[in-house]
Amino acid sequence: MFSGFMTNAWIVATIVAIIAGVVGFFVVLRGDAFPAHALPNGAFAGAAGAALIGANALVGLGTFAVAAALGIGWLGRRGRHDVVTALALVMMLALGAVFLSHTTEYSPEIFALLFGEVLGVSASEILPTALLALACVAAIALLYRPLLLSSAMPEVAEAKGIRPHRMEMVFLVVLALATAMTVPVVGALLIFSLMIGPPAVARALTSRPPRSIALSVLIALATVWAAIASSYLTNWPVGFFVGIFGATAFGLGRTISRFRSVHTRGRPQIRALAEITAPIRGQ
Amino acid sequence: MGWLFEPGFFTSPQVYTALVIGGVTAVVSAIVGVFTVVRGQSFAGHALTDVSATGGSGALLVGVNPLAGFIVGSLAGAGAMEAAGVRHVRGRDLATGIVLGASIGVASLFLYLTTSTTATTGATQQILFGSIFVTTASTVPIVALFSVISLGIIAAIYRPLLLTSVNGDLAVAKGVPVRLVGTAFMAALALAVGLSSLAIGAILSTALLIGPSATALHLTRRISRSLILAALIGLATTWLGILLAYDSADWASGHDSLPVSFCIVGLIFVVYLASAVAAHLTTASRPVDSAGESAAYFRPVPEGDACSPGS
Repeated sequence: MFSGFMTNAWIVATIVAIIAGVVGFFVVLRGDAFPAHALPNGAFAGAAGAALIGANALVGLGTFAVAAALGIGWLGRRGRHDVVTALALVMMLALGAVFLSHTTEYSPEIFALLFGEVLGVSASEILPTALLALACVAAIALLYRPLLLSSAMPEVAEAKGIRPHRMEMVFLVVLALATAMTVPVVGALLIFSLMIGPPAVARALTSRPPRSIALSVLIALATVWAAIASSYLTNWPVGFFVGIFGATAFGLGRTISRFRSVHTRGRPQIRALAEITAPIRGQ
Repeated sequence: MGWLFEPGFFTSPQVYTALVIGGVTAVVSAIVGVFTVVRGQSFAGHALTDVSATGGSGALLVGVNPLAGFIVGSLAGAGAMEAAGVRHVRGRDLATGIVLGASIGVASLFLYLTTSTTATTGATQQILFGSIFVTTASTVPIVALFSVISLGIIAAIYRPLLLTSVNGDLAVAKGVPVRLVGTAFMAALALAVGLSSLAIGAILSTALLIGPSATALHLTRRISRSLILAALIGLATTWLGILLAYDSADWASGHDSLPVSFCIVGLIFVVYLASAVAAHLTTASRPVDSAGESAAYFRPVPEGDACSPGS
C-alpha cells in the first residue's frame, strides 16, 4: 500500500487535504459552498478545451476557473450571487459539451477528471501541485485578518475600510487557483467534498478560528488517508469514500455540537466574537 | 421561411419530441424557478440534478427503470437537505453541499460498478450532459404527469409560499406553517428537477430552472407577472435553441453540429446578461425607493449571526 506509485498518491493527497482544510474553512464561514462546487466543475470544461487545442490541461483549468471566479464576483456584486453562480456553471459545462463533442477524448479520462484518479498520480505532478498549494496558503495567510473579519462580520469590516465585494473577488480567485491545482489530481467532485465536509465538522466542534482551521486540516487529512486506504483495499473510487466519510463526520459533528450547546449555552459564540473583534479593540 | 428552418425540421419525429419535452420542462422549470430564485435556493435546485442522477445511476446498476431512480433520488435528496438544513441561508447552502458531496460519491461508486461490469463508458456523459434529441416519445406522458403534479403542489400552496418566500418574518407572524410550506416546495422542486434532468440532462435542467426566472425577475417586480414572463422566456429560448442546433448540422457541413444543450444555455445566458444590463439602466434612472423595493426581493434579511457554531 505504501510502495511504488502509491507514494505519489499519498504525497499529493496530503497536499490537497491541507489546501482543502485551509481554504474550506473560509468557504464554510462565508457560505460559499455553491461557488466551491461550481468552480471545479466548470473548470473541468477548461481541461476539455485545452485538450481540443492541444494545450496543457492546467492552463485550461486555470483560465476557466479564474475567469469564472471573476465573472461570478463581478456579476454578483449586488446581493447574493447564487443565480450568477448557477448560470456561470451551466455556461461553462455547456462549453465543455461543445469541446467534448469535437474531441476524440476517451470517456474514462473524462470520468477521471470528474471523479478523480488519485491512485494514478505521476511524480511530475507533485512539484506544480506543491508550488500552487504554497501560493494558496501564502495568499490566505496574507489576507487572514481582513478575510476573517469580512467573512464573519461584513458590516464591521466595511466600517474598518475593508471592501466586502473586493474581498469576495480576491477569495474567489484564491478558490479558483486551489481548484485548478487540485482538479487534475483528485477530480472536480472530490475536492468539493473535501472543502465542505471537514471544515463544517471543525466549525461545529470549535468556534475559535485558528483552532478551527487546524482541526479542519486534521479532519481533511484523516478523511483523505482513510479514503485512499479503503479505495486501495476495495478498488472502489476514492470519491465515494471521501463523500461518505465527509457526510458521516458532518452528522457526528452536528450531534456533538447540539449535545454540547445544551450544556454550555451561548459561551462558544461569545468567545468567537471576542476573538474576531480583538483586532478592532486593539488587542 | 426556408432559410430559417432547415429541411426536415417539422417532419422529424426526434425534433417533434424534443420540442414537446423541451417546452413542457421549460414552462414547469420557469414557474418553479421563480420561487427558487426568490427563496435563494439556486444551489439546492442545481444540486438536485446531481442527486437525482445518483438515483438514475443506481437504477442503471440494478437494472430498474431509470425514471424511478431519478424521482426517488431527487425526492430523497430533497428530504435529506430539509432534514440537515438549518434556518439560515448560509447553513442551508452548507447542508445542500454535504448532501451533494455524499450523493456524488455514491454516484461515482454506482458508475464505477456499472462501467466495470457492463463496460458502458458513455454512462457518465449521458447522465451529465443528456441530450434532448435522444429522448424517446414514450417519456412524454410521464414527463407531463409529473409536471402536472409539481405545478399542482405550487398552485395549492401559492399564497403561503409567496409570503414565506418574500417575507419570512411576516409569514411567521401571520401563523403560516413555514417549515411545512418549505418542505412542500422542496418536493415540487425535486419532482420538477428530477424529471427535467432525466429528460434533458443536468446542465439544461439547471439552466432552465434559474435562467428564465432570474431574467424575468430583472424585468418585473410583480411575482405573478414574472411567472408568465419566465415561462415565455423559457419556452422561447428552448425552441430557438433546438432550431439552432438542428440548423447547425447544415452550416457545419462536414463538421460536428453544435450540441443542443450549448445552444439553449448560450441563448439563456445572453438573454440574462441583457436583462441585467436593462435592469441596471432602469434602476439607475428610477427613484431611490422603488429601486430599493425591487432589490429587496433578491437580498434576504441577514438571518442569525455568522459566528454561531454548528449551523
